[in-house]
Amino acid sequence: MNEDDLRQMIGRVQRGTLSRRGFVRRLAAVGLTAPMATQLLALAGISPASAQSLPAYRPGRRGGGGPLRILYWQASTLLNPHFAVGTTNQDASRVFYEPLAGWAQDGTLVPILAAEIPSTDNGGLSADGRTVTWKLKRGAKWHDGQDFSADDVVFNWEYGRNPAVAAVTSGSYRDVNVTKVDDFTVRVEFERPQPFWADAFVASRGMIIPKHLFQNFAGANSRDAPANLRPVGTSPYRFVSFTPGDTLRAELNPSYHMPEHPFFDTVEVKGGGDAVSAARAVLQTGDFDYAWNLQVEDEILKRLEAAGRGRVDIVEGGDIEFVMLNATDPHREVEGERAHISTQHPAFRDPAVRQAMSLLLDRNAIEQFIYGRGGPATANFLNNPPRFRSTNMRWEFNLNRANEILDRAGWVRGRDGIRAKDGVRLRFVYQTSVNTPRQRTQAVYKQAAQRAGIDLELKSVVASVFFSSDVANPDTYTKFWADMQMYTTTMPQADPQLFMNQFVSWEISTRANSWQGRNIVRWRSEEYDRIFRESEGELDPVKRAALFIRMNDLIVGSNHVIPVVGRPRVRASLNNLRPVLSAWDNDFWLLGHWFRET
Amino acid sequence: MTQYLVRRLIIAIPSLLGISVILFTVLALAPGDPFEELATNPAIPPDVRANLRASLGLDDPIHVRYLSWLLAMLRGEWGFSFVSRSPVADLILQRLPTTIAVIGAAQLLALAIALPVGIYAATRPYSIFDQIANTLAFVGFSLPTFFTGLLFILLFSIYLDWLPFVFRTQIDATGWRWWWEQLRQSIMPVLVLGLFQGAAWTRFVRSAVLDVIRLDHVTTARSKGISESAVTMRHVVRNAMIPVVTLVALQMPAVFGGAIVTEQIFRVPGIGSLLISAILANDTPVIMGVTFVFACLVVFFNLVADVLYGWLDPRISYR
Amino acid sequence: MLAVLLGPLLWSVPIDEIDFTARLQGPSWDHPLGTDDLGQDLLARILYGGRISLAVGFAAMLVAVTFGVLVGAVAGMSGGRVDAGLMWLTDLFLSLPQLPLLLLIIYLFRDALTQVVGPEIGVFILIVIVIGGFNWMPVARLVRAQFFSLREKEFVEAARALGASRLRLVLRHILPNALGPVIVAATIDVAAAIIAESTLSFLGLGFPPDIPTWGRLLFDAKDNLDFAPHWALFPGLAIFLTVLSINFLGDGLRDALDPRRVK
Repeated sequence: MNEDDLRQMIGRVQRGTLSRRGFVRRLAAVGLTAPMATQLLALAGISPASAQSLPAYRPGRRGGGGPLRILYWQASTLLNPHFAVGTTNQDASRVFYEPLAGWAQDGTLVPILAAEIPSTDNGGLSADGRTVTWKLKRGAKWHDGQDFSADDVVFNWEYGRNPAVAAVTSGSYRDVNVTKVDDFTVRVEFERPQPFWADAFVASRGMIIPKHLFQNFAGANSRDAPANLRPVGTSPYRFVSFTPGDTLRAELNPSYHMPEHPFFDTVEVKGGGDAVSAARAVLQTGDFDYAWNLQVEDEILKRLEAAGRGRVDIVEGGDIEFVMLNATDPHREVEGERAHISTQHPAFRDPAVRQAMSLLLDRNAIEQFIYGRGGPATANFLNNPPRFRSTNMRWEFNLNRANEILDRAGWVRGRDGIRAKDGVRLRFVYQTSVNTPRQRTQAVYKQAAQRAGIDLELKSVVASVFFSSDVANPDTYTKFWADMQMYTTTMPQADPQLFMNQFVSWEISTRANSWQGRNIVRWRSEEYDRIFRESEGELDPVKRAALFIRMNDLIVGSNHVIPVVGRPRVRASLNNLRPVLSAWDNDFWLLGHWFRET
Repeated sequence: MTQYLVRRLIIAIPSLLGISVILFTVLALAPGDPFEELATNPAIPPDVRANLRASLGLDDPIHVRYLSWLLAMLRGEWGFSFVSRSPVADLILQRLPTTIAVIGAAQLLALAIALPVGIYAATRPYSIFDQIANTLAFVGFSLPTFFTGLLFILLFSIYLDWLPFVFRTQIDATGWRWWWEQLRQSIMPVLVLGLFQGAAWTRFVRSAVLDVIRLDHVTTARSKGISESAVTMRHVVRNAMIPVVTLVALQMPAVFGGAIVTEQIFRVPGIGSLLISAILANDTPVIMGVTFVFACLVVFFNLVADVLYGWLDPRISYR
Repeated sequence: MLAVLLGPLLWSVPIDEIDFTARLQGPSWDHPLGTDDLGQDLLARILYGGRISLAVGFAAMLVAVTFGVLVGAVAGMSGGRVDAGLMWLTDLFLSLPQLPLLLLIIYLFRDALTQVVGPEIGVFILIVIVIGGFNWMPVARLVRAQFFSLREKEFVEAARALGASRLRLVLRHILPNALGPVIVAATIDVAAAIIAESTLSFLGLGFPPDIPTWGRLLFDAKDNLDFAPHWALFPGLAIFLTVLSINFLGDGLRDALDPRRVK
């Protein structure tokens, strides 16, 4: 399908000869699915109908559902979404707070505290792509009975962007301007045309906290706010009790703004422990209804599922486990800096070596025997939403070809079986964080490499060090003082703009930027830089998708980045529980829609 | 004696200060920061992370941070957790009752096993009872608690379905039922910890009693025609208690400090799990708070042990 | 133990041969102790890992016991200021949180040490020092307490009256009588060190993840306990047998040193 076809179809939807649903279905048939479709329609002035992307809510009444028991193997410690360092705290805050809109699994926006999703049709989106106007739901109330209004929304912008508050969400709020139009209308303004406008006030970083409880704590005293631990939100469940690092309890909110919701009378979120026993508590004994993030070997999950009490929910998103081959030389110091940008990796500068490394990664075995359903093998770095997925990349595990390519490139086996050329031996330090599947992947990769005359020295660094931003530590992933490394990078939004900036040259991680640049592999391509710049201002979603696909092909084609497996979300729930999950939002983004089948 | 005590207590203050300096330095120099999860999230710009670090004072020189911690501590302020932004003292107090109940019960269980089994085995060395007790003790401390904990869960929770394996702090019940539920959920963690500790202590008790039983004054007492059990109780056990008191004193601070692995397995919200999650998140104020109290208890209980030595063996002089 | 030393000569299946067709198999002729979840032969892994686990266990125990006895003996004999100083050190080590300290040690010394003596030996030395360095305190306090009691006993007084030198007093009369708890501590320390090593590798301090030490095998096996019990059974058994044999060794040692034994 080309651009013209698309435009014609959009025209038909506008004229009413093609239903929105039909449009989405047709796009799905050619691999450009719903998330794209709805944003396309939104930009063309057709507001998306959100209901179709949600499963039916069958109870038809409020309450009477008894208790909902949820198990998180990481415990939440804090209930202010603006301070939520990790997903656990974001999820816990989401039990009480709501954003204006959330992201459904198909990539559509679902209004929550907004009356409708802005579009050009309803006047919410300006033609120049520089303003978004949100209409707020009337009649929504805070749990303490106060009315929710535009003042609360504007307050969250002020709060989030205030450096004295030091909010985690500041990235979403500091580059926009927010004004109150009237009590139930808010306008967000951007400096430049913004193709991806649904960030502020949306989803995990968009939860709204009440102005009347936080306005006296909107500066350096932000941590003193009693509501940080006793939240008062707008959600279907209101606060009962909270022990940081242990248990969170909530009860039905009788004046929730969506009629007939929620179903359960109480909610309990218990934290702590480990992933395997969390899976047991749901799948094997049925003590709990739902368990979060089961990073467990699929083999074990399958055996637990065999008990027949519960099932594993797989929610596909954009997170990806991948290997990087350092473009610079981590073993040589230039101006006192290892992996200096002026150096080239002695072995990986040869494309033949990089290609061989890609051929030696047995993604099939890694998917089948290590990650299972929790890690489908992939050839792409950018996998989701599907409209951004390239069809040009292939992966292959082929020992013979790897050997041939290395032979042809002049890498000769030495007496110890390790290949070398011009004094450069193919012996690489391969680092990752401490995590069982990662260590297993390392073992599989090492064995294959050995057979091609490449020796991998395995190194694992404890996660809290590996992923820290500690400038003094040599083992952090942003320093990348190793030949190869592997980890998962997350894609929290249904848009790749922030995801694909990991390979632009101005983001290269160096001492000058305290190793905070996001281009850690230190790969450079003028073409990539140019295309990325272009995508930042491209309002036409079709052209924009094509640009991102090209970026994916450039970086993956260079073999400096070798995708291993996608990392969908893996959850467990009892057979009769109907959770509403999405890979682009928190687990509890629509907790009010969860119910139990009877 | 009193003079000795006073002197030791006075020494304790500078020594605790010294310990706190070293603790703080270790924590400050140890790698990592509290923002691991922000790191792989592309939606959080790196300078937001840098700003957060700065706002928590992580970029100040160590001695400045230590001094501000010490001054706050002297005023009775324990500081705020980086991660939960709530006061450290609250976090610790919230978890103290559970910790003391579970770990304390485990220590009592360990003593209740170790003392009788160890003494009885030592009075009949190489008998069948001794052999069995020894073998079980070896099994007991050869298997790590992460392993026995799981074994218990599989056996009692999954196959037999007798006991819950997720510890809950708030039980929806009152009166007898509350106590019953509390008992049911505490059995496994207490057993796992108590048996592991008890196995090791049994060996110590047996060895200590064996050492004493062959000493001259015991033989003398026996030859005087005092009954065997009286000999054991009066002359042997009291003398053999010195190593036991040492070990118990070493373990007492753990009643406060918790047991990291066992708490993790059974999701007991004790101080051990608070400490480990704080350590993994590099939440320095919490680590500092917990370890400092722990250090005070270590110093205190070792002092208690020293005093008890004199009571158990009056010949020990304090110099 | 003999099996661990000679084993690799007799059983030559490679330890890291990954065979996805033979995953989580129970004992059979091809794999006498079965396989793990990557189809690696458990007998070969236990034998290979055993050499490392035993070496770590013994070396760390020796470090802990030697240092503990030394500190305890000096403190117990001299008392006063020396005792106070040494007990301060003991209290300090008891109250240090191990995890951050370990991370600090890795960060400070790993690269330096591996450059000097190579990765394997460097890691070995670090592990032994770390495990030993965190386990000597109970030994020190036990020995000190024994010394307090023993140095006032009649036979020591008698020896002192006979003009025995301080060193001789300690070595010939007090220390042998204080060995009981030390030997028990030694057996427990070996088991503790073998298990502790597996915890360390989860901090990135232990041996590289592809080296199958016993503690690590046990840890890897725990999640599969209900499906593949053999995986956990054999390493557990190996640790148990080791502890047992060390205990026999210890008992023999004590009997040999027992001052009251009739010669």
